[in-house]
Amino acid sequence: MTATGANSLRNGPDEQGRFGLYGGRFVAETLMPLILDLEKAYRAAQADPEFQAQIKHLATHYVGRPSPLYFAERLTEQLGGAKVYFKREELNHTGSHKINNTLGQILLAKRMGKTRIIAETGAGQHGVATATVCAKFDLPCVVFMGATDVERQYPNVLRMKMLGAEVRPVTAGAGTLKDAMNEALRDWVTNVETTYYLIGTAAGPHPYPEMVRNFQSVIGEEIKAQMQAETGKLPDAVVACVGGGSNAIGTFHAFLDDPSVKLYGAEAGGHGIEVENGHAASMTGGRPGVLHGNRTYLLQNADGQILEGHSISAGLDYPGVGPEHSYLHDTKRVTYAPITDKEALDAFQLCTRLEGIIPALESAHGLAHLMKVAPTMSTDETIVLCLSGRGDKDVESVGRYLGMNS
Amino acid sequence: MTTRIPARFALCASQNRPALVAYTMAGDPDLATAQAILEALPGAGADIIELGMPFSDPMADGPGVQAAGQRALAAGQTMKKTLAMVEAFRKQDDETPIVLMGYYNPIYIFGVDAFLSAAKAAGVDGLIVVDLPPEEDAELCIPALRAGLNFIRLATPTTDDARLPAVLNNTSGFVYYVSMTGITGASIKNHAAVGEAVTRIKGHTDLPVVVGFGIKTADDAARMGRDSDGIAVGTAICNAVLGSLENGKATAGTVAAVTTLVAGLSSGVKRAKAAA
Repeated sequence: MTATGANSLRNGPDEQGRFGLYGGRFVAETLMPLILDLEKAYRAAQADPEFQAQIKHLATHYVGRPSPLYFAERLTEQLGGAKVYFKREELNHTGSHKINNTLGQILLAKRMGKTRIIAETGAGQHGVATATVCAKFDLPCVVFMGATDVERQYPNVLRMKMLGAEVRPVTAGAGTLKDAMNEALRDWVTNVETTYYLIGTAAGPHPYPEMVRNFQSVIGEEIKAQMQAETGKLPDAVVACVGGGSNAIGTFHAFLDDPSVKLYGAEAGGHGIEVENGHAASMTGGRPGVLHGNRTYLLQNADGQILEGHSISAGLDYPGVGPEHSYLHDTKRVTYAPITDKEALDAFQLCTRLEGIIPALESAHGLAHLMKVAPTMSTDETIVLCLSGRGDKDVESVGRYLGMNS
Repeated sequence: MTTRIPARFALCASQNRPALVAYTMAGDPDLATAQAILEALPGAGADIIELGMPFSDPMADGPGVQAAGQRALAAGQTMKKTLAMVEAFRKQDDETPIVLMGYYNPIYIFGVDAFLSAAKAAGVDGLIVVDLPPEEDAELCIPALRAGLNFIRLATPTTDDARLPAVLNNTSGFVYYVSMTGITGASIKNHAAVGEAVTRIKGHTDLPVVVGFGIKTADDAARMGRDSDGIAVGTAICNAVLGSLENGKATAGTVAAVTTLVAGLSSGVKRAKAAA
């Protein structure tokens, strides 16, 4: 909970876990007592200076924070508009922003006396970050991953296994992130006494969206301080990709009450927003519903059945989004726009060739949106991209798309 | 409030036996066969019917019920068709209670008020919505009670004495005790603990307590029915439908596969109290 004014956009959620209409605790009774315990444990941890100090210490020495803010000079020249900066979350230990959250939650799980960790993963970045902290803190770890994703993100599957995690492929549905989350929830409801569910995105039942946001908010706070040091002012625009939306909410949260900073979220436009079930842009192409413990924008049919969606990026291939994004979409504080598979692939290649940085396909969606916005801005303005993950995991599948494998 | 549920529990009590609550998935494997199954259930011995509203993402269900919902959706089942099934059933049976069971999103998308008035008009007696705990009562529970529909809550092994009053508050019709921490279709490991839990819940409420999750055979029914006012069977029925299909389609044996199973379970509940 943040001490801000009554009209602040940073006050959410309320005591019921709502961000306006969105959020809540839509879970089976079996899980309800645990979720209430989790909230209590999290509040106690938040107030405990030792817990905060532990996170700070590990962030510095284990993760490598603060992550650098990098001026992307050649990309800036190429786009011919605002100065482009990358927030280098891909340089964190494990290669993405996901570790910010898994470190916080594993410490919480330890405080709660839980002896087994489960997680869902799409691109495998959260799975790797979870398997990593489970290795470090000596806890058994089971990661649920859609069978389709196991195939397209195989390097991350190997990393998880080497770190000692058990990876359970999920074949239900399209075998992507939604199905992995269903299966994780089924495991949790079965092993509720011993098991901590380490959710990787800012979604799910309260208090997860708030908790994950808070663990990720370090991204935006560092950007703010680094831009002040670099340019003496706030950035004019900030961009992040949005699947469930944990890197985006962590990037945006520090700027919500700074109206001069324009905020952009890039959703997965897949084959195009007009292609039915061919994208994963839940806010641009969906409507509010209830799934996985929260009310939020969802891709669904007229009868309330959830659609699978599609994205070239396994990390964005999810039919929902964190509830706080739904709220920021309705209030128009953040502009969310779809980026197609093709636009993301183009941005992926441009970044690799111009800056020598191979971005994750997820982050490439954010970059593609930045490439649309930056040229419309003046050269004395600045725009920051949260480069949320590195693309090592994607080189095989991108190579296949580009015909490099033959 | 509709009166079919209390009337049916009173009838079972007068016969000194627990009620047999039978779950069938609406639209599985196709609308016509599902309707025939629904209409055959009372004759086979079902005292109360839970009609499943299929959902794409049934987070609390095991493979048996998941697959039944997938078959129903693949065959084109919708909420409108599910409500029409109840309406058609009521033309010949005005006594057997029907409880709709499922997840919140299809109701939310139908529209809460529109759903409640359509359900009431169709002859529905109650609702069990897995992902609506007491913390979300304002969503559907309170409006349902106002509309005259029972809202049946799940109590689970994790619902301790401190939380039980919150769970029982606003619950009507009966209490559904989930026999284990787990998903539908798993196996009950500790039968004695289930009996103790039912006794504990009955110390807090006058409502009938029905035990569900993990009951598959007539013997399970007799054993679990000893301490409770009813037992609920779902996965076994969905699996009976599955076993009768050929190439995914209903056969001449599909309805009989369900009625044979339900008749067996009915014999189980009839000897439950005698076995005590």
